[in-house]
Amino acid sequence: MSKSSLKQTLKDLNTKKISIRELNQDYLKRIKENENLNVFIHFSEDNVLKQIDNLENDNSTKKLKGIPIAIKDLFCTKSMPTTAASKILENFNPTYESFVTQKLLDEGSIFVGKTNLDEFAMGSATNTSFFGNTINPLSKEYEPLAPGGSSGGSAAAVAADLCLGATGTDTGGSIRQPASFCGVVGIKPTYGLCSRWGIAAFASSLDQAGIFSHNVEDASILLQSIAGFDQRDSTSAKVDVPNYFENLDDDLNGKTVGIPKEYSIDGIPMEISQIWEDAIKVLEKKGVKIKNISLPHTKYALPTYYIIAPAEASSNLARYDGVKYGFRSDEIDSLDEMYENTRAQGFGKEVKRRILIGTYVLSAGYYDAYYLKAQKVRKLIADDFNRAFKECDFIVTPTAPSAAFPLNEKQNDPIKMYLNDVFTVPASLAGLPGISIPFGKDKNNLPLGIQILGKHFDEQLVFNVAVSLERSYE
Amino acid sequence: MKIDKNTINKIARLSRIKLDDKESEDYIKDLNSILDWVEQLNEVNTENVEPLSNISSSILPKREDVSNDTNSSEEILENAPDKLEGFFAVPKVVE
Repeated sequence: MSKSSLKQTLKDLNTKKISIRELNQDYLKRIKENENLNVFIHFSEDNVLKQIDNLENDNSTKKLKGIPIAIKDLFCTKSMPTTAASKILENFNPTYESFVTQKLLDEGSIFVGKTNLDEFAMGSATNTSFFGNTINPLSKEYEPLAPGGSSGGSAAAVAADLCLGATGTDTGGSIRQPASFCGVVGIKPTYGLCSRWGIAAFASSLDQAGIFSHNVEDASILLQSIAGFDQRDSTSAKVDVPNYFENLDDDLNGKTVGIPKEYSIDGIPMEISQIWEDAIKVLEKKGVKIKNISLPHTKYALPTYYIIAPAEASSNLARYDGVKYGFRSDEIDSLDEMYENTRAQGFGKEVKRRILIGTYVLSAGYYDAYYLKAQKVRKLIADDFNRAFKECDFIVTPTAPSAAFPLNEKQNDPIKMYLNDVFTVPASLAGLPGISIPFGKDKNNLPLGIQILGKHFDEQLVFNVAVSLERSYE
Repeated sequence: MKIDKNTINKIARLSRIKLDDKESEDYIKDLNSILDWVEQLNEVNTENVEPLSNISSSILPKREDVSNDTNSSEEILENAPDKLEGFFAVPKVVE
């Protein structure tokens, strides 16, 4: 299937080769044909048609005017309900717009719908959603595959060509891993590049918004649109956002790539080691120096993450109490009963598991042994990267330890599920930008992803390496 | 075993999540296996290491100290499951 790119579509709209209405009707048609994939939690054709009407009466020039974009249902939107894929927010209609979605609206994009995710972004297969699994569009008929997660709906929406780009959020790999599983591009920028204002919080020291797209050029256009300082998010960074697209440059001559030996782990499929080697060879041919580096605390990243993220989640999710918004249980004989029943009935199994573990590691007598210890190991992990970046300009690794797996596999063993994030979590803990691009296939013809990590706020080089590898692969 | 029946009940109570017996048993098993797994952090020497709580490398900017009027109470109450005369309504707490 050959998909039109955002870049090409913007040209076609400009030269009036296609109208905003024709363009979006094409996407609406495909969305309706692909309902079985369960990509969207909220989709309304009328809503999309209304947006088209409004844009047709708008004579101003806008950068993304008429471009169909899918929004992960973790971003608050005024025009559509926002659920975080949880029963506890099933009837929540935000009265405000998230920073990221407001930026996209200001530039004239059209929101085609709100995409499915793991409940509160907690998962790696989009199978903890209250609204059911999303199916990976690359599934064979006899075996439905997981799209990865947590932003599985957004990755699937791009892969099935139901939009020209989609927003996601990434806490430990929730953009990069589904991008890899669905064969699309996914970028998680530096922590702080995009404001988290209006995004349902999961783990605040890790959460970051990002982009899914068909190719690297499109990702560079869209990321620039959603980045920027916002005083309503106290961790939002006051940095100049370059024009990533205009500055794209695939000449990497003289740069140095770091190859971390700790990412060669036992049990990953041969094909994944192979594409990693292939990527390194391509870079070498382009005049990139290869430098073997060591990130010695890599093996501790996952256990560190699975203390810090649940701890922060247990605190963030305390707000869902059945008082201010969302679901409230009927069994409410007392205030405490109301809280306990609302949260018991409103949250799913994985979310409860993480709230419980987070509450435990923060509770009196255990805080130092778990949470404080994890924050110290996190420092060592971040220092590993700081040291490595003195010797290299960027780092290349595989994105995920497997291709897309069958739906419902790994569901019963939480630790096995957590291992999906083994290559993505370290950079999340260090707050670094990372992109996943499709690079090769496995023996079942499923896409595999290569991850490129850069220094803080060096998204430009991350894009440059990505576009260079992408062009070599095409 | 770090988590037993009493501990899970205590955490569930702190979390304000009611668990039935079956769920308690499942979570005892899950939490113990997760805690055993994260134990490996004890291998790491973290003496004199500062805990990392904020990854943000930039200095947090100050904002102007000005008052603003954003949400109206009506908007805030719009999603309330129960409200009364401009307030959130909850079950009676005082006898």
